Amino acid sequence: MICKGDIHVYGDNIDTDRIIPGKYTKTLDLSTLADHVLEDLDPSFKDKVKEGDILIAGKNFGCGSSREQAPLALKQAGIALVIAEDFARIFYRNAINIGLAIIEIGPHTISENSRIEAHVLEGKVYDKLLDKTYDAVKMPQVMIDILQEGGLVNYLKKHRDYNI
Amino acid sequence: MTISEKIISAHVGRRVQAGDLVVTPVDGVMATDTTGPLALKAFAEMGGSRVFDPSKCALILDHAVPPPNERIANLHSMLRVFAKEQGMRLFEIGEGICHQVMVEHQYVKPGDIFIGADSHTSTYGALNAFACGVGSTDLAATLMTGKIWMKVPETIKIICHGKLQAGVSAKDLILFLVGQITISGATYQAIEFEGEAFEGMSLASRMTIANMVAEMGGKTGIVNPKGLELEYDFDPIYPDADANYLRVLEFYVADLEAQISIPSSPDNVQNISIVEGLPIDYAFIGTCCNGRLEDLRSAAQILKGKRIKEGVRFLIGPASKSVLLDAMNEGTLQILIEAGASIITPGCGPCVGTHQGVPGNNETVISAANRNFKGRMGNPNSNIYLAAPATVAASALEGKITNPVNVRL
Ligand code: SF4
Repeated sequence: MICKGDIHVYGDNIDTDRIIPGKYTKTLDLSTLADHVLEDLDPSFKDKVKEGDILIAGKNFGCGSSREQAPLALKQAGIALVIAEDFARIFYRNAINIGLAIIEIGPHTISENSRIEAHVLEGKVYDKLLDKTYDAVKMPQVMIDILQEGGLVNYLKKHRDYNI
Repeated sequence: MTISEKIISAHVGRRVQAGDLVVTPVDGVMATDTTGPLALKAFAEMGGSRVFDPSKCALILDHAVPPPNERIANLHSMLRVFAKEQGMRLFEIGEGICHQVMVEHQYVKPGDIFIGADSHTSTYGALNAFACGVGSTDLAATLMTGKIWMKVPETIKIICHGKLQAGVSAKDLILFLVGQITISGATYQAIEFEGEAFEGMSLASRMTIANMVAEMGGKTGIVNPKGLELEYDFDPIYPDADANYLRVLEFYVADLEAQISIPSSPDNVQNISIVEGLPIDYAFIGTCCNGRLEDLRSAAQILKGKRIKEGVRFLIGPASKSVLLDAMNEGTLQILIEAGASIITPGCGPCVGTHQGVPGNNETVISAANRNFKGRMGNPNSNIYLAAPATVAASALEGKITNPVNVRL
């Protein structure tokens, strides 16, 4: 799983209300989530994001509510990978469960001008601009397995139970 | 062992410690009208047909009740149909907020592991239980298997020495602690609350404390059961004297003042004196954090025989139908309504910006809720201050942010 998309860089503590406001979450029509993704943070995001892009953030990305609509909105908008210093706990599980790749790399200096090549399962992020490689914090094997199946739905459909 | 290690060990049948990966059976599961629909979709997609035990599973209509539009009304119908098919309980519109309802109806008890599809599921730590919030797909998997995988968390112990002063409440204390720990200071970790400040607290106050563990990023937050009184007998679970903690933090809280969280992050907490006098437009008491009877009583104590400031609107959302009934029967509700409050259906109300009291542009809200992120109440151009119910009532009375100890009763 290699991601080389264009990047969008934001800061610390991006909460789930800013990823997708609560008023838009009560729906099963997932395409509507992408229309409002990050709208209170960067209203231009939904127009500039493309399939395969990478979102870069600082600390505690996805803090706040348990709404799975947050990673779903990013995935629906085309985001293939979120790279952050670290993630809020429920967002982290939710992203993997819906098959959105995420990588936690600790403090970083990735900027708007960086070009990123990320190897998701190996846990490596290469910044071509600064010629710098980041090693990801290792995920438990069960999460890697879930991500490789494309999410928890497929994982459980196949295994019927957790394999730990 | 810590309280979390003891509870998880008892469930998996072997001695576990922080860092171990486990698959544990759970004692209760719930989802709401925000997280339930996606969970049921995932449940069907992963091949689920029957929930693992209908008596341990619940669905609650609380986040958008009564439904403000046809889309949400149809999602409610979907949850009703599923509950009926499965023979599990669905709590209807007006029964109350998920966390209050789960505790009142004893879906969760001391020593339990409970999984809820809502971030404030940590609230049940008030009951000496291990409770975690998850998203919809994890919830679907738990409904199907009756189990969840997790890492046994490390624990931060927070010890608070001293008794809170009169007029200072559990909400002031937890706001103070959120300010100290910060919004991400307990990510992936459990918290244990211990010390004199918690020992005399009611279950309702303990729920306020454990509720805002979510605002520290914690996985769960358990109040030491010393002093806990419930309407039934239970075996309290205390930590061992030689338990391993990631950190132990001690605070002396006997002279803590009223606290307030400044927009737009719950951990941006100050002594109230920093913002006293700031004009407000809108006051709200309710939510899973502070919509219980003792919260309404503390507001009524301040507002008895008085009228709130003209031009201010004041909404109250009781946390459950039983809170509403109790407040009505004892006369608390009458005092609040006569003072100018408007009462909404028990449920989340305006907390999450879906309906029922969205603030206007440039308006200032003082709220007894737990979150003040930008846009939280439905309008990114408004500012939300978080405080104790007494502070919200005092501010509604004066039309500006007011320390309740300065209101003449
Ligand atoms: S009252 Fe607010 S914080 Fe509590 S469950 Fe409802 S929306 Fe969430």
